[in-house]
Amino acid sequence: MSSEGSVEGAADPGGDGKTHSLNVCVAAGCLSSGSEKVKVALEDAVKSHGLEHECKVKGVGCLGLCSKGPLVSVEKENVVYQDVEPGDAAEIVESLGKEAVTRLKCDMESPFFTRQTKIVLENCGIIDPERIEDYLAADGYEALSKALTQLTPHDVVDQISKSGLRGRGGAGYPTGLKWSTIAKSVPDSTGRKFVICNADEGDPGAFMDRSVLESDPFRVLEGMAIAGYATGASQGYIYVRAEYPLAVKRLRTAIRQAEKSGYLGANILDTTFSFRIDIRLGAGAFVCGEETALIASIEGKRGTPRPRPPYPAEHGLWGAPTLINNVETYANVPAIIRHGGEWFASRGTEKSKGTKVFALAGRVRNTGLIEVPIGITLREVVFDIGGGVPDGKKFKAVQTGGPSGGCIPAEHLDMPVDYETLSRVGSMMGSGGMIVADETSCMVDVAKFFMEFCMSESCGKCIPCRVGTAQMYDLLCKITSGQASMQDLDLLIELCDMVKSTSLCGLGQSAPNPVLSTLRYFRSEYEEHILNKRCPAGVCKMSNEVVHNG
Amino acid sequence: MKAERPSDDKRWRLVDATMRRHGHEPNCLIEALHTVQESFGYLEKDALRYVALSLRVPLSKVYGVATFYHFFSMKPQGKHTCVVCMGTACYIKGAQNLLDSVRSRMVVEPGDTTSDGQLSLLTARCVGSCGLAPAVVIDNKVLGNVTESRLSETLGRSVEHEL
Repeated sequence: MSSEGSVEGAADPGGDGKTHSLNVCVAAGCLSSGSEKVKVALEDAVKSHGLEHECKVKGVGCLGLCSKGPLVSVEKENVVYQDVEPGDAAEIVESLGKEAVTRLKCDMESPFFTRQTKIVLENCGIIDPERIEDYLAADGYEALSKALTQLTPHDVVDQISKSGLRGRGGAGYPTGLKWSTIAKSVPDSTGRKFVICNADEGDPGAFMDRSVLESDPFRVLEGMAIAGYATGASQGYIYVRAEYPLAVKRLRTAIRQAEKSGYLGANILDTTFSFRIDIRLGAGAFVCGEETALIASIEGKRGTPRPRPPYPAEHGLWGAPTLINNVETYANVPAIIRHGGEWFASRGTEKSKGTKVFALAGRVRNTGLIEVPIGITLREVVFDIGGGVPDGKKFKAVQTGGPSGGCIPAEHLDMPVDYETLSRVGSMMGSGGMIVADETSCMVDVAKFFMEFCMSESCGKCIPCRVGTAQMYDLLCKITSGQASMQDLDLLIELCDMVKSTSLCGLGQSAPNPVLSTLRYFRSEYEEHILNKRCPAGVCKMSNEVVHNG
Repeated sequence: MKAERPSDDKRWRLVDATMRRHGHEPNCLIEALHTVQESFGYLEKDALRYVALSLRVPLSKVYGVATFYHFFSMKPQGKHTCVVCMGTACYIKGAQNLLDSVRSRMVVEPGDTTSDGQLSLLTARCVGSCGLAPAVVIDNKVLGNVTESRLSETLGRSVEHEL
């Protein structure tokens, strides 16, 4: 496993004998920084220098450091160029095989590259996500072939259990246990079981799943097929956000290519195992990340959750036993089957194994996609990998877990990032969004931001969530406009407790978390708004007028 | 009984193709609505009625689904769209100010279209370009690290010069 960035140790993925390969990041981040034009300019430069037979230009998935895009990596040479413009193309092409262009070089010795451990992202930035040949050259489908020809379904579940992999969607349920439950479940009357991939990445501030789907879609398909084999399902669905058109397009291409090459469809690799995957588009409802709501949505209904039990493992899609895992969970599976569960379990902490992909964003120097061993400290992530807070500002908090998570203050920067520790300090692992806030952010305003989110995303089925989030939002508005009293704060805390303990699904149960965690660590900011009608960060606009009248 | 197409518009064929691909099963309702929106830009009432009849789903259910999901729009969009991402990373980096500036400059509220039909202003929960926050999507093109001046310049270029 290369830990020195994404280029070292790459095979010749195209297998076409060209000496050089310029890999241009064409994931969403770099695309919006103009990488498509850079790619065209590089292709032109290769032609005009007569190097068509020695050098190829390839579009690849996420190279990680989105803030410095467009990024171009020179394969096998451990060189990544940042902020590349079309005008730089000739210089880059001329430097091939010689000294790299110093003024464009990323510092590959910087912690951003050296501190990462890549399992899920091992192919990101190396393979062309629209060519199955590239994936195959990078040991793709080796795991599926091993599972089908050397392992029984029971062995596969066993390896996943041994690996200690836990659900990467946020809650951290042991994946092996989930798989074994569905493997043991009796299929419905027509003999069906289903495998679903939850790619409805609705957390604002999270883009890990999108990057994986855009950079290495075959990996997710392979993980799902292995899951199908292990659990006895022959049909899979990927529920993906319609807001991610590029990911949807690459998935469609990947499914078509996998079917053509015999890695999906009937009698995969000439065995008796058959597995199909269909795409279902989400339509912008955060609650559909909840498994029973997601199932309702695939069935073509409004995405409202239902009480559990029965769990989807017994009674899921169309009443059949259904396995639901997140994109990143499936993306871990091929590596586990290839190297064995123990190999995976040797990374991470005692209770949280392996690595976690985070989307690092907000007030931090290096924003982008990172993969780190679980158990790394927050300080290492924010200050070493992330490069700290820019513009000489002071660090205030890290927000993890999106609207269901919380804000972690500076005093906890040295704690390890794992499922248990994060929930102990009032946040959660979540799907992997990590947003850094500095002194210019008002924590009450951040809490209000998330409450507004939960309020409008509440599906309206249960009253605590539907009404409670609206009441809490009103109270937060009162506080941030300087019109609240200390009684309002008490009421807010009471409502938090009520909504948390009586809501039907995870959305409502976790909606109070941002308020509770900011109250726990930044209570003085709340009090400052209430008692002195002042926003310490200068974000909230106080309406003094109303206070005088009222 | 086969439902009758609301008009001769060729785009209905695309909608039919989606429903046919799923055997006109009621569970392809969301897929069908996606195709309607993709082809027509929004979900008009006739379209909802047509899909309801074709899939044998009560119109009330179709309406329920169409209004439940944020991605579906029941109003026609302007010639251009400007989507301000309001995800956490963008919010922390000042997306609210960007939204306010478009609002006052173009005289349009989020979710609405300018009176001349030129520009629809929308907000997004998160467009997933957090590494480039704050992000704005103008006519399906993502702009990263947006500042107020850059946004107004881009809007000026793509929208106003056509007036």
